[in-house]
Amino acid sequence: MSLWEYANPVKFLSFSGKIVPWFAAGAAFFIAVGLYWGYFLTPDDYKQGSTVKIIYLHVPAALIAINAWFMMLVASLIWLIRRHHVSALAAKAAAPIGIVMTLITLITGALWGQPMWGTWWAWDPRLTSFLILFLFYLGYVALWAAIDNPDTAADLTSVLCMVGSVFAVLSRYAVLFWNQGLHQGASLSLDKEKNVADVFYQPLLMSITGFVLLFVALVLIGTRTEIRIRRASALLARERG
Amino acid sequence: MMPDLGKYAFAVLGSYAAGLVLLAILVIWMVMRNTAARKRLEQIEGARDGQN
Amino acid sequence: MSALLLRDMRLAMRAGGGFGLSLAFFLIVVVLVPFGVGPEMGLLSKIAPGILWVGALLACLLSLDRIFALDFEDGTLDLLATAPLPLEAMVSVKSLAHWITTGLPLVLAAPVLGVLLGLQSDAFYWIVLSLFLGTPALSVIGTFGAALTVGLKRGGLLLSLLVLPLYVPTLIFGAELARRGIAGMDVGTPMSLLLGITFASIALLPFASAAVLKINLR
Repeated sequence: MSLWEYANPVKFLSFSGKIVPWFAAGAAFFIAVGLYWGYFLTPDDYKQGSTVKIIYLHVPAALIAINAWFMMLVASLIWLIRRHHVSALAAKAAAPIGIVMTLITLITGALWGQPMWGTWWAWDPRLTSFLILFLFYLGYVALWAAIDNPDTAADLTSVLCMVGSVFAVLSRYAVLFWNQGLHQGASLSLDKEKNVADVFYQPLLMSITGFVLLFVALVLIGTRTEIRIRRASALLARERG
Repeated sequence: MMPDLGKYAFAVLGSYAAGLVLLAILVIWMVMRNTAARKRLEQIEGARDGQN
Repeated sequence: MSALLLRDMRLAMRAGGGFGLSLAFFLIVVVLVPFGVGPEMGLLSKIAPGILWVGALLACLLSLDRIFALDFEDGTLDLLATAPLPLEAMVSVKSLAHWITTGLPLVLAAPVLGVLLGLQSDAFYWIVLSLFLGTPALSVIGTFGAALTVGLKRGGLLLSLLVLPLYVPTLIFGAELARRGIAGMDVGTPMSLLLGITFASIALLPFASAAVLKINLR
């Protein structure tokens, strides 16, 4: 019994069908608790006032926006090396989620920035990097949509994802060099002391947990959709032929 | 009990509204696409079984 | 190899090859910007490096789909792919041909167009230098994008969407090099980073382009 058994689409369908409800329920629970806790039960920050409440959407969305791309990179590599169709389809399913998360990050950031920095948008390295990430997602989705043959599409998007990752990292450093910015350092990091007080930190963790579960649930659902579409067109092609 | 958002009400409420609406659109869109794909596949498989 | 290079260059120079088109496009972009931002020379000379870099980048983008499209349509690309020449080398030669017929003319045209934007004497040097060091990367990255979209019917717009994000680092370091050079600041960092991107692209991206081309010709 190895992990790769789930690369079999039929196995994947039956297994993911069993676990999706759990992830979905967990996501709903943690997001609801995190947002409720954050919105109703936390005090205002002494500097940011009530805008600190935006963090419970902004930070989890940003986290998912970046890690969705990483997940796509790993899934693309698995597809290129081991040629498991489920892997390629999971990468395809993650892209729209990444787009929406990037959008949420940018919009909540703009709404926060307006009262705090006095501007909706600044060409700050972090903001600019997210805008560029958004463009990468758009290109990736557009390439999937443009190619008819599913295996060719999977191959090409995988290579694009790898090359794109290198250039996305390059852009990150280029942008950093181009303009030191307004944005505060990372709110969360493993190696440093956390920059967020405990009152805000605990609901934030709940919200992040919820977003991660939501991402997993949505990727599973999206992958199931793609597998079914693929199977339907394969059956139709067989009947015609 | 609604918390008093003070002068930042627009930013906070706008963020929650925009964020939750986008999340809802994403979830609904993905679930609907999945349902449509499942129905279509069942239909095709049903038609095939009917022929045999 | 040199035969392929000469052939590609000859094809590009021929009428309808698009050799003059990107130059004309570059000229039009540079002429249009003052209409948009106003005729004040001080402002124009300040943003001239950025305009010239973005203009050159867009002009380069415009000619990318020609790298493979014609050869793909008449089947030459399949012949080239089965030729003894490795695909990676073939792709590199095509990038080089694209740079000689598009990038180099843009580099040479930039100072002439700089006059329109009120560039000062020592600024020409930095514009030409930064474009000369950066445009090879634009050609090589563009070749990758062209290889990705080679089989597609209407790949032009998609090509732009795919390639433009990849151009971001080159544009940033290139324009920064020109800006710092003109302002008399230290140019060591942007210059070495721009060179790094150019050389790394030339060395590594042909492998990705060749892999993608193989998939598309399958």
